[in-house]
Amino acid sequence: MAKEIERSGIPVVVMCNLIDVAKTVGSNRMVPTVSVPYPLGDPTLTKEEEWALRYHRVGVALDALATDISEPKVFPVKI
Amino acid sequence: MKAIHYINQFFGQVGGEDAADCKPIFHDKPIGCSMMLNGLMPDVEVTNTMVVGDNYITNHTEEALKEIMAWLDTKQFDIFFAGPAFMAGRYGVGCGIVCRAVAERYQVPVITSMNEENPGVEEYKQSCYIFKGGRKATFMKDDMGQMAKFAEKLATKAVLQPAPEEGYFPRGIRYELPQKDGIMAADRVMDMLLKKIGGEPYQTELVIPQTDLIPPAPAVKDLSKCTIALVSSSGVVPSDNPDRIQSASAQKWGKYNIAGKNCLPSGEFKTIHAGFDPEAMCAVPDRGIPVDAMRAYEKEGKFAKLFDYYYVTVGTGTTQNFAKKFGREIADELKQAKVDAVVLTST
Repeated sequence: MAKEIERSGIPVVVMCNLIDVAKTVGSNRMVPTVSVPYPLGDPTLTKEEEWALRYHRVGVALDALATDISEPKVFPVKI
Repeated sequence: MKAIHYINQFFGQVGGEDAADCKPIFHDKPIGCSMMLNGLMPDVEVTNTMVVGDNYITNHTEEALKEIMAWLDTKQFDIFFAGPAFMAGRYGVGCGIVCRAVAERYQVPVITSMNEENPGVEEYKQSCYIFKGGRKATFMKDDMGQMAKFAEKLATKAVLQPAPEEGYFPRGIRYELPQKDGIMAADRVMDMLLKKIGGEPYQTELVIPQTDLIPPAPAVKDLSKCTIALVSSSGVVPSDNPDRIQSASAQKWGKYNIAGKNCLPSGEFKTIHAGFDPEAMCAVPDRGIPVDAMRAYEKEGKFAKLFDYYYVTVGTGTTQNFAKKFGREIADELKQAKVDAVVLTST
């Protein structure tokens, strides 16, 4: 889906767990997520910690949309 | 079983290029090569031939299909044939146009044949059985033979094999078949691995389609002025799943209004994704589609507006072909709505 959207000229950042799969199918901007059942969360964390994680990773994703790239790139996250 | 056969002006004995504009001719019996097709099938009877000019079907598609459907509505048939079209581009596309329309309207098996380089293949292979045909009309007997053989299998309810074995272009449909010799998957994978390590040839059971790489879309110039949309394959939908999106092998996507919402409350939203344990995501749907985080950034001015709708489907088992289709449809909507960028969450 991401590729078709990007093909139309709209930049897309893919947040996913299986980064290799995303790379193989040709995603361009990628941000890793925590896991498959909870990409942007973690039930083992406290609410505050989980919010910090989600806020941070979504922020990285938004920055990726504003970053020019010439080839596929995985944008690293800190938490 | 009864069948109807579509052919073009040349094989329909009307004429060559000069007759390519000929309007549909509906015969009350099989003519020309339809008779050969009929003779190849003991259990299927070709009752009629219809002949349409290649220019007419491709340049006046709407009118042509109207006339064709009006005639077919008066007929009883269980299978529909078109071609074989070999390398003839307009004929192949014409066969594809008619085959797709017939498949959609009458829900019967539709069988055609054309060379793999025929432009009709890429466009229509998902809509009907397109058998891999020869380049020229000298292959008529072979190509027709393949179509007939498959129709016979359908008529006698024989067990069907995957597309490459039957001889038609894969339609992008995945189907589970029990292994013929009863060897378990664990053993098959070990055999495959040992072959791979030993440098011997092996055949994967799941062929991953070739990827087409697209260049990255340019970054947005000024994020603070952008409208951003959320798209996801996580299956998070309103709790009653109003559009009945399938939990696996999805054939549709949904679009849901989040105007004024600061998050996706549990109970109002849930995930229907069958590919993982849904508990965590149902408890906090924002774990799948981060409306809360996006809304926070919107309020801070990091970007201008969170698009009022999010788009979602279920990613498990969904074919690349459907995913492509969803992507194109969603892209069209986003472009119309002047969305500048997308955050797509995948599970």
